[in-house]
Amino acid sequence: MNNLFRIETPLDEETISKLKIGDKVLLNGIVYTARDQAHKRLVDELEKAGKENRQPNLPFPLEGQVIYYVGPAPSRPGMVIGPAGPTTSGRMDTYTPILLEKGLKGTIGKGRRGKDTIEAMKKYKAVYFVAVGGAAVLISKRIKRIETVAYEDLGPEAIYRLEVEDFPLIVANDVYGNDLFDEGMKKYRKVT
Amino acid sequence: MREITSEEVTQAVENLCISSNCTLNEDVWKALREKLKNEESLVGKEVLEEILENDRMAEEEKLPLCQDTGFTTIFVEMGQEVRVTEGDFYEAINKGVGNGYRKGYLRKSVVKDPLRRKNTGDNTPAWVHIDIVPGNKLKISVMPKGAGSENMSTVKMLSPTEGVQGVKKFVLDWVKERGANACPPLVVGVGIGGTFEGVAKLAKKALLRPIGSKNPEPFYAEMEEELLKEINNLGLGPQGLGGSSTALAVHIETYPCHIASLPLAINLQCHAVRHATIIL
Repeated sequence: MNNLFRIETPLDEETISKLKIGDKVLLNGIVYTARDQAHKRLVDELEKAGKENRQPNLPFPLEGQVIYYVGPAPSRPGMVIGPAGPTTSGRMDTYTPILLEKGLKGTIGKGRRGKDTIEAMKKYKAVYFVAVGGAAVLISKRIKRIETVAYEDLGPEAIYRLEVEDFPLIVANDVYGNDLFDEGMKKYRKVT
Repeated sequence: MREITSEEVTQAVENLCISSNCTLNEDVWKALREKLKNEESLVGKEVLEEILENDRMAEEEKLPLCQDTGFTTIFVEMGQEVRVTEGDFYEAINKGVGNGYRKGYLRKSVVKDPLRRKNTGDNTPAWVHIDIVPGNKLKISVMPKGAGSENMSTVKMLSPTEGVQGVKKFVLDWVKERGANACPPLVVGVGIGGTFEGVAKLAKKALLRPIGSKNPEPFYAEMEEELLKEINNLGLGPQGLGGSSTALAVHIETYPCHIASLPLAINLQCHAVRHATIIL
């Protein structure tokens, strides 16, 4: 418990197999942003491609990648990005298992994941990182570059490609099916 | 009759939108520091340190504490001897919101239609609650409420015989189930009594009270204290990752109700407890 890892994206199985719930991670490299509407579009395309028996036309390759659930505030002139903390991950649970099946290796957000998502992380070997909700300014300082990738019409909900440096994260679900939310509550619960 | 121009209202709302989003009141700072001192979990301590560091950076650089700058909820207490001149009062408020969110680089998070979901582009309209009170002052409180904690809120119509135990059990079970997603440490706003729509407003208004304040009735003050202790014993901790800092405060507001009803509302507030008030 509570080791510190500095890791780089894209993620491979060997790297993420070392991570256990409660570990602290400083993430470096590229992460893609996506939230509710972008997830819906990604999964719609995957399903459509499946039905039509063709390769899906996705705005970025999923293999080994990490998605960050965020909708940044507008940036002031001279800033790379506005405050950019995580949004609630549970809203993406409907879509996450299919993305994990297609090779996504990590997700970043705040709050609990659903049972199906936790199962899928174990099955397809992926991890869920918690970024501290509300630490939007601190996190924005660790984002060095931003580029729009797709769905610009969605404004703050578009897909952006972020280059991050030492993005501070906590492993909340590991590839072994463990859940820090459950374990943490059990450990610190006081029965009166 | 005292006259206040709609332009004064607009300017006040603009300023409040920016200041409420970029600064925390002293009571919140104090409560968060206190939690850091007493948190048992190592992960919990790190989370609290990160939150405090973030909030310090935001204040220093005059940036919004959180990217979710909320749906703008506004509580107005209008003295009955006040008359707003030179324009529509609601328009004046919404103009202030639009200006504040544009000039403050705050995120525009409002869609015009709940199902067709096109962004209004300026975070309007605000949701405005107006109470008429004696006097010749106009009090405006702006509360930007993020969706993370708002989505984890609820209204429950209990049976009257469920009483104190029923209320406490529902609040505890709710926080245990949903609290982790609402960005703890939380302020738990509880409304008890009134009507279906009224009880939700009580729970929200409870969030305006300073942390550390008590319900004026000892019966409810004691209930606030008991619930706070029991919530912190749940073990959720900062961000729900385990620990003893789950809530900063529990605030209960009540109102008379029907003999056959016991309405209960819970409005959760994340650790970025943001609200600002001006009296014109």
